Amino acid sequence: MNLLNLFKSRGGTAPVARERLQILLAHERVRLGPQDLLARLRDDLIATILRHVEIDPEKVMVKLDSDAAISTLEIDIEIPREKIVGDGKRRPLGDGELSAA
Amino acid sequence: MGNVIVVTSGKGGVGKTTSTAALGSALAERGQRVCVVDFDVGLRNLDLVLGAERRVVYDFINVAQGDAKLAQALIRDKRIETLYLLAASQTRDKDALTDEGVERVIGELKQSFDWVVCDSPAGIERGALLAMRFADQAVVVANPEVSSVRDADRIIGLLDSRTQRAEGGQRIDKHLLLTRFDPARSARGEMLSVADVLDILSVPLLGIIPESEEIIRASNLGAPITMNAGVSPAAKAYRDAARRLSGETLPIAMPTEKKPFLSRLFGRRAA
Ligand SMILES: Nc1ncnc2c1ncn2[C@@H]1O[C@H](COP(=O)(O)OP(=O)(O)OP(=O)(O)O)[C@@H](O)[C@H]1O
Ligand SMILES: [Mg+2]
Repeated sequence: MNLLNLFKSRGGTAPVARERLQILLAHERVRLGPQDLLARLRDDLIATILRHVEIDPEKVMVKLDSDAAISTLEIDIEIPREKIVGDGKRRPLGDGELSAA
Repeated sequence: MGNVIVVTSGKGGVGKTTSTAALGSALAERGQRVCVVDFDVGLRNLDLVLGAERRVVYDFINVAQGDAKLAQALIRDKRIETLYLLAASQTRDKDALTDEGVERVIGELKQSFDWVVCDSPAGIERGALLAMRFADQAVVVANPEVSSVRDADRIIGLLDSRTQRAEGGQRIDKHLLLTRFDPARSARGEMLSVADVLDILSVPLLGIIPESEEIIRASNLGAPITMNAGVSPAAKAYRDAARRLSGETLPIAMPTEKKPFLSRLFGRRAA
């Protein structure tokens, strides 16, 4: 950090802290391995889907399979039919939308 | 079947024990049956914060090793009749607790309590892993400063990979409790803001506990801040957090120094 930065941040070092943390944690999370990645992915998926459709978080399965050549990510989300059809408030799903990957 | 909650942080001294005692007594004051469990072997403090330090006869390790019955080791609070403490051992070494022993005791506690609140030791070693191992939910305690947020992120990773639920492919509910929050310093940009911390950790917010002299007074007296109808902002913040744990949706009040105003951050979900 040079002198100019020090001056800029006088009285408000929080933005610097925030930026440093974001960069650092992005690295550390990748290092923590696939277990952690999967759990975070699952949490994010659930949060995203819940914004549109009511689902049971326990019915979300996220699996990573790897062999020598490729890795596949399998996502299986059970959506109760009555939650997405004819409820009036939500747009019914089109064919193929949100189906298992 | 009771709900097992671990109060954890990675970093030491951020307010886990204070929060365990305050949340536990707030839940118990609402009529719930609560047992707070001290996992900090060798450095027990929960007994002190609860004012029960002279009543410990048997501890967690005695029960886990079968040297005492659970009923003999549970200490009932003298003020709130649905609040119990299982103390940590002050003398034994940390390795005296085994996975199997802990699982059996937690299993037994779940039978008779609505809430089992586990006060984790600091660090990411065996003691902290044992405290989270059998939890259904986690309260991640963090202060708005860089090293605490980094350690919280680390702990979140462990909750998602090293707990029994995570290993079984289930999710563990995580809540962020931001403690020792100083509104004036945050407003001046000297301390990470609530939005900053939420953004970085993406865990839903359970509450914001202001930095408060009352907390230190409460520890000195051995009476959690929420007891005796405490009216300080910190007491109210802990009481609201306990209600959110029980499933209520309440707006989160942003602590302010002078003119109080409410900033309504409705239960943010991980994004
Ligand atoms: N909101 C607060 N305002 C002022 N002081 C606080 C607050 N929360 C906690 N403290 C004080 O901070 C110190 C550490 O708190 P506490 O023992 O709860 O942390 P801990 O995370 O359990 O620590 P350890 O990692 O050592 O177990 C105590 O002296 C406590 O009184
Ligand atoms: Mg402690």
